[in-house]
Amino acid sequence: MAGLRIIPRLDVKGDNLIKGIRLEGLRVVGDPHAFALRYYAQGADEIIFMDIVASLYQRNNLTSIIARAADQIYIPITVGGGIRSLNDVHTMLRSGADKVAINTAAIARPELISEVSNRFGSQCMVLSVEAKRTGPKTWEAYTDNGREHTGLDVVEWIERAVKLGAGEVLLTAVDQEGTRKGLDIELMRAVNARVSVPVIASGGFGDPLDLKRASDVGTSAIAIADALHWQRTTVGEIKLHARQQGLEVRL
Amino acid sequence: MTALKSQAVTVIDYGIGNLLNVVRALQHCGAEVAVVDNATQVADLPDRLVLPGVGAFADGMLELKARGFDDLVKRFALTERPFLGICVGAQMLFDVGEEFGDHAGLGLIPGRVMPVPFVDLSGHVHRIPHIGWSALQKPVSRSSWKHTILDRIEQLEPMYFVHSFAPVPTHEEHRLADTYYNGVRICAAVASGSIYGCQFHPERSAQHGLDILSAFLAL
Repeated sequence: MAGLRIIPRLDVKGDNLIKGIRLEGLRVVGDPHAFALRYYAQGADEIIFMDIVASLYQRNNLTSIIARAADQIYIPITVGGGIRSLNDVHTMLRSGADKVAINTAAIARPELISEVSNRFGSQCMVLSVEAKRTGPKTWEAYTDNGREHTGLDVVEWIERAVKLGAGEVLLTAVDQEGTRKGLDIELMRAVNARVSVPVIASGGFGDPLDLKRASDVGTSAIAIADALHWQRTTVGEIKLHARQQGLEVRL
Repeated sequence: MTALKSQAVTVIDYGIGNLLNVVRALQHCGAEVAVVDNATQVADLPDRLVLPGVGAFADGMLELKARGFDDLVKRFALTERPFLGICVGAQMLFDVGEEFGDHAGLGLIPGRVMPVPFVDLSGHVHRIPHIGWSALQKPVSRSSWKHTILDRIEQLEPMYFVHSFAPVPTHEEHRLADTYYNGVRICAAVASGSIYGCQFHPERSAQHGLDILSAFLAL
C-alpha cells in the first residue's frame, strides 16, 4: 500500500531556512541544503521547499537551492512560492523540482491549474492552500502566508481546483502553523471527505498521536517543519511512532 | 556506488514533462547520458535506451510518433540491448492505453494499460492517484530477480509511485514485480527479454531506486 508519507517542509527566505509561528515572526534556522540532506539521510519520503516571501516580491529565489539539492537528493522535490506561470513551472522543473505547489496565482487565475496539469501532468500540480478557521467547521483560504484573505471557502475551493486538474493538495492550517499544538484534524476530515486526491497535512505537528488521527481521516502525508528543524525529533523517530500505531510507513 | 567505467545511455525526450531528474540519476550512477529529442539525431542504435515519461498516454504516443521514436524503439527492441521505460514510458510498451479512450501503444509487450482500481480490496474508495512508497513483491511466476534490473533489490523494498493508470500484462511471465495498494494488485515492473518497464520512479526512489538504475547500466 502507499503508506503515510513524512515530508519535511523547508520554508526559505533568501538563502536561509527560516521558521515562524503562524507563518509570522520568522527566525533563521540555517542552511536549507544542509537540512535537506539531513532529512534525505533520515529517510524522508519527499522534500518541500517554499519560498515564503516570493509572492510578496513576485519572484522566486529557490532555483539555485533546488538545483543543488536535486544533485544529491533522489526523492521527490516539491517547490512552492511565487509560481505564477507555465514558464515559472518550467524553470522550477529545469532546476530539479518534480512538483510545484501553487496558491496565490491559482486563486487569482484558476485556469493556471488546468494549464500546468495539461502541460506537465496532474502529478506535478500541487494545490497549496492556507486555511484559516472561521467557525467550528469552516475555513477560509488565504494567500501571502496567511496575510490576505480571499473570501473562498477552503473545502469548496479545493473541490473546484481538483476538478481543474490539481493532483495533490498541500493543506496548511495557518492557525496551527509553528505551534506544535496539533494538526487541524477537523480540517483534514472535511477536505478528505470531499476530494479523492492525496492531501498533505501541514501545520502544527508535534504530537505523535496525530499521525494516526490524521491517517484515520484519510490524510496521505504529513508535512513537518518545526519539530524537525529544531531537532526535537527525526524523520526516523516519527516513522517509528507511526509504525507503533499500526501505520504503514517506509523505514 | 559509481560504475567502474562509464556506460553510454540514450534518453528519449519527447517534449512532455521533466526528464532531467532521470538524467541526473543515471549520471549519478556513472552513465554517460545523451538526450535526444528527435529520432533523426540517432545515427546508430545506442547501447542502452531509456524512455521516461509523465503526462497522459495518448499525448506521449502522439509525440513519440511525431518525432519518429516509435519506429526507433521498435527497431531497438529487436537488438536485444537493454531498454528501460519509466512510468508512462513503461505503459507505452503495451498494446493499448485506456486513458482518455483507447489508444494504441508500441505493442512490444502484450497487454493493456488500465485505471488503478478506485476501490480497495474491501470495496472502500481509496485515494487516486496512487502516490507514495509501495513495496515490490515477486509475482508467483517469478522465482528470482537475478540478472534483471531488480538484481540488487530485496523483496518488499518500497519504491516511489505516482500514477492513476497501470499496465495489465496479458501474460503473467511478463510481470517482473507487483505492488499492492490497499490490497489491490498493481503491476509495478515488467520485463520481456531485455525490455524493462517500471511503473514507479527509480530516479525518485532514494538509494534502492539508484540501485535499479545501476543494475540496468550493468546489464
